[in-house]
Amino acid sequence: MASEAVYSHRDPMLKKRDDFEDILEERRNSSDLRYALKCYTPVLYKGLTPCKVSELKQMVLQSDQLGYVITQVSKEKGMTTDEVTGDAAAILEEMAQRLQLSTVRFFAFTLSKVFKTLFRSICVNEEGLQRLQQAIHNHPVVLLPSHRSYMDFLLMSYILYTYDLALPVIAAGMDFMGMKVVGEMLRMSGAFFIRRSFGGDKLYWAVFSEYVKIMLKNGYAPVEFFLEGTRSRTAKSLTPKLGLLNIVMDPFLKGEVFDISLVPVSISYERTLEEALYARELLGVPKPKESTSGLFKARKILSEDYGSIHVYFGQPVSVRSLAESRVNRSQFNLIPRHIPTRPSEEILSFVNDSAYRLVRAQEENMVLKPWVLLAFVLLQKQAAEDKQGTALDEFTEQAVWLRDLSRHYGAFLHWPDHIPPSEVVSSSLSLHRGLVRISEGRVQLALEQVGGQQVPGETRSAITPEEELLNQAVVILSCVSYRNQALNVFIRPALLASAIHTAASNRKQEIYNGFSFLRNMFSNEFILCPGATVQDFEEACYLLVKTGALQINQQEVLITERGHRTLAFLTSVLDPFLQGYQVVCRFLCEEDCLTEKQFIPAVRKFIIKHLLTGRLRYIEVLSSDLQKNALAALIRLGAVQKIKGGEEQGTLKLNKVMLNSLEDTLGGKLPTQKSVVAHL
Amino acid sequence: MCCLCNTKRAMCLLTCGQSIWVCLQEIMKWNGWGYSDSKFLYNKKGQAEFTGKRYRLSGMIIPGLREWMESTFGANLQHKTPAAPILNSSAVQPPTLNEAFLKELKSTGIPFSHDAEDRVFRSHGHCLHEIFALREGKIGRVPDLVVWPNCHNDVVKIVELACKHNVCLMPYGGGTSVSSALECPPEETRSIVSLDTSQMNRILWIDEKNLTAHVEAGIVGQDLERLLNESGYCTGHEPDSMEFSSLGGWVATRASGMKKNIYGNIEDLVVHIKMVTPQGVIEKSCQGPRMSTGPDVHHFIMGSEGTLGVVTEVTMKIRPMPEYQKYGSVVFPNFEMGVACLREVARQRCAPASIRLMDNEQFKFGHALKPQVSSIFTSFLDGLKKFYITKFKGFDPNRLCVATLLFEGDREKVLQHEKQVYDIAAKFGGLAAGEDNGQRGYMLTFVIAYLRDLGMDYYVIGESFETSVPWDRVLDICRNVKARIVRECKDKGVQFPPLSTCRVTQTYDAGACVYFYFAFNYRGLSDPVHVYEQVEHAAREEILANGGSLSHHHGVGKLRKEWMRETISSVGMGMLRSVKDYVDPNNIFGNRNLL
Repeated sequence: MASEAVYSHRDPMLKKRDDFEDILEERRNSSDLRYALKCYTPVLYKGLTPCKVSELKQMVLQSDQLGYVITQVSKEKGMTTDEVTGDAAAILEEMAQRLQLSTVRFFAFTLSKVFKTLFRSICVNEEGLQRLQQAIHNHPVVLLPSHRSYMDFLLMSYILYTYDLALPVIAAGMDFMGMKVVGEMLRMSGAFFIRRSFGGDKLYWAVFSEYVKIMLKNGYAPVEFFLEGTRSRTAKSLTPKLGLLNIVMDPFLKGEVFDISLVPVSISYERTLEEALYARELLGVPKPKESTSGLFKARKILSEDYGSIHVYFGQPVSVRSLAESRVNRSQFNLIPRHIPTRPSEEILSFVNDSAYRLVRAQEENMVLKPWVLLAFVLLQKQAAEDKQGTALDEFTEQAVWLRDLSRHYGAFLHWPDHIPPSEVVSSSLSLHRGLVRISEGRVQLALEQVGGQQVPGETRSAITPEEELLNQAVVILSCVSYRNQALNVFIRPALLASAIHTAASNRKQEIYNGFSFLRNMFSNEFILCPGATVQDFEEACYLLVKTGALQINQQEVLITERGHRTLAFLTSVLDPFLQGYQVVCRFLCEEDCLTEKQFIPAVRKFIIKHLLTGRLRYIEVLSSDLQKNALAALIRLGAVQKIKGGEEQGTLKLNKVMLNSLEDTLGGKLPTQKSVVAHL
Repeated sequence: MCCLCNTKRAMCLLTCGQSIWVCLQEIMKWNGWGYSDSKFLYNKKGQAEFTGKRYRLSGMIIPGLREWMESTFGANLQHKTPAAPILNSSAVQPPTLNEAFLKELKSTGIPFSHDAEDRVFRSHGHCLHEIFALREGKIGRVPDLVVWPNCHNDVVKIVELACKHNVCLMPYGGGTSVSSALECPPEETRSIVSLDTSQMNRILWIDEKNLTAHVEAGIVGQDLERLLNESGYCTGHEPDSMEFSSLGGWVATRASGMKKNIYGNIEDLVVHIKMVTPQGVIEKSCQGPRMSTGPDVHHFIMGSEGTLGVVTEVTMKIRPMPEYQKYGSVVFPNFEMGVACLREVARQRCAPASIRLMDNEQFKFGHALKPQVSSIFTSFLDGLKKFYITKFKGFDPNRLCVATLLFEGDREKVLQHEKQVYDIAAKFGGLAAGEDNGQRGYMLTFVIAYLRDLGMDYYVIGESFETSVPWDRVLDICRNVKARIVRECKDKGVQFPPLSTCRVTQTYDAGACVYFYFAFNYRGLSDPVHVYEQVEHAAREEILANGGSLSHHHGVGKLRKEWMRETISSVGMGMLRSVKDYVDPNNIFGNRNLL
């Protein structure tokens, strides 16, 4: 383990990042119409064979790959190949994009108007766009933006159009298709639609993968999709989905192109449009009436200030260099390349590792606003049941302390240093005034205001404690979604701090065991690359030693005098999750028979009970995301087994002994013995 | 300059009396390719010319070459890197002689020499690193002794003595190896004896009823063809090295000839082989055209690269000389179309004697090698052709590529065949571009090796390497390997973009043979050969990753040994190993190739 620790980490503080440029500034000073009609001549892929949308479809239908599957399917189903080809053509018709410049120009015009009303600025790193242009010229490009909002892909195309870069084709979920007009509009701005699940449908898979590959290989357009698969409702990065990444890497692995550039893009919103929507969704509370009629209940949204957006185009990652000395490409030599084969273990693990690397690259370049740090302080105070709120100057002091700490840990923090911290804090608070309350120089989360039932004298039919709790939870989870943006900065040190906290001794080996246990436990919750436990441990040690919080020698880990504050903070970062997972374990221990479908409502009920009786402090545990992640982790660890097929389909089989022991270990009541680690 | 000891020279003249055989070593460069009198140089006016009288290009000015070299490599006539003019014998290690072996060898009367020049001449093939070192006057481990057996029985005696005295034998044919096969293993402590087969160069008999010829294995390609031609026959086996490479070498490396579409590769041409091994002589008892007698033992011999013994005599198929030969060429709008056309030709099994497709860079290179045109009329015609192709037909001069063709056979059939091929080409946008272009293309094959020496005079080093690959992979492998070369050069600090080009040189039912040419300007690099080797290594990795073979016909030698196991599997290696262990348990044939 860490005995061979080599502290070769580059200091995260020294990470070089580009400067930002506000693209709205020019929009505010010149004609949107002229901008929408500007001459657009992007740099194209050097190996491009230009082709029309209709030719693209022909190429897919005539490809060897699809031809093979069509013959196969026609044999299996006893249909003629013409019939199956017809099905394939229909699938393609449903899927295909129809990118046209006029629609993009229309969007360029309207979005300019909308963006200017909603946002103060949209900042992009121009150097990143230059790199992207170079990449597009040299190799087929895949754009991989983070996904926090419906806005993301419109925003991406808007920026690329602004910078005269090739417009991408975008993999979008079928749900958009429901909205007839919008769906078609999106299609014409480059979106292609894929069904959310098509498990065993060979034909669908073949059409889909061939369509994506042909667009990519021919350099038709950059292909854009979201590694996380869906919008993250919590602002934490989601565990990457591998299907599409697998498809876009395939042409390289099979030698059909020399290389492919993967470009991670980090989009961070100072205020998310969907803030409260997400919180309600996570709580299972029906959406409030005013927003049911649609995503853009224009007047309300347009009248609000959503601050700024930062979009960072990361360093293009070459698939070739990712695969170097990792994948033996000659494994594809012995079967004709057009015959679909299940990817080997080697390929799967390669794609998986690459996906994690890319998501981490997204995380690293995500701009964090001061508010994100304030959210940490506010939530920790709230959990400490500080009903009074914090005095503003104390609050500012804590924010500044956290600012310095996060910088040491390599956070990409946009804290204006030329402005006094107190002003930075107050302006952040005012942007998020819906979530905080400041009175008499003290600040705290605005829990009581929600629902407005505290208005004196009003005798509305008594609101139940449960409803009150849920109303508070909406505010808490909204706030959590900001705090979560910076979790990736602290997660490794936080795991280490918690491991130190629960360890019975200072022995490095024991702490490592604890770290390894926690890391394994939470690997559905945070982006922790599989198999990188030692590296993560070393990274955490490095950061804590560097900042003077720990001293580490061969055998022991010691907390320094000044380290206590850091460690207390870090432990509290992980604490809601630790307690949340414990509660889930407890709940499962007390259950007898449960199906997967019943899990979320039942565990929610259980948690509400615990919260109301004061046995649980963290309201954020009500997040269904945490509950799902916990269940997934327990299934992965074997404490819960999901029964597939048969009458008991979907029933959860519970290993009570293991659940009990996990709960105790999480609570620090049981040491993480070696055996446990080995077992996990 | 005398390179053979006097007795040897007498021998040489005596045995070669009946043919026009002269001792090649005397008229060949010691540190470059080919004949001493033939080379490219820049004359006083700064124009490139090719010296000598041996080739069609000899004595001609090549006006475009200088500009091509300057623009392609950033080379400059001011920056010269001349080779060491003569061999410094004192740089050669004194021979490690096995006295007992030498004593008995003397008694047999077989000529031998331990002269430094004779030994150095047989210590290398034509890999870049080998020639580069020679030009710098750096000499590594060389054979300690050279012997010149005159016939099969001489070889038997030598092998017996070598076994008896534990001497390492390394067979030497034409010395055209490009796989480090002739490099003496530095770890070899025994005396190394180079067994030069050049004196075994007779056609022993011709059997016109069966159309076979029985030939000694030391004969060099051009002599074999010439001698057979005198009787109205040919083998039709024409590897690009045929001026210098020997029959024994072809067998030992599984050689391939340009006209294999008609005559076949060496494995198709050979009817009977006699080889002397430490266990004795191996040969079949009859000359039946095909046998079902277990695995064909000829296939242990072909490709054994001198690790099992010395091939002494071979019975080969011969054919009546073709009545009619016609060159041709086709221009395609791009390489993709060209490959598609070759694939179709192969599908219809109507490939001419030779069909080769050059990529755009190579087309331009071929253009740069056009000799000065004498008449205004030809240059006018050339201009017209260019106009027609690029302007009228809309071919992009930076994408078009050209196929060269060679038809052979009855006049009638050749013309018919020609039409068939041109019709196919037309379907892929190909335009017939004349006999002249075709013929020049094949002529270049023989002079291109000389060009490397010119490059090396001006900081440019390069080499070619080949592979074979299934049809569906041809385009991918060409693109990826060329791109890999460019990228590797950049990564390794090469200052100018390299020349990275390829051509498809053979077609088969199931695939093709692809040649890559790669050269770069090494100014500013401290260890250019090392950089070169790293890039070639990377290129080979790329070839293997793209479904290409380790070698189509150059062989493995020591250069490509590291990939043998993954190429033929561990069991395959074991099979070869066990053959070696049985045939040559004491590793007398210790050149350490292949395994």
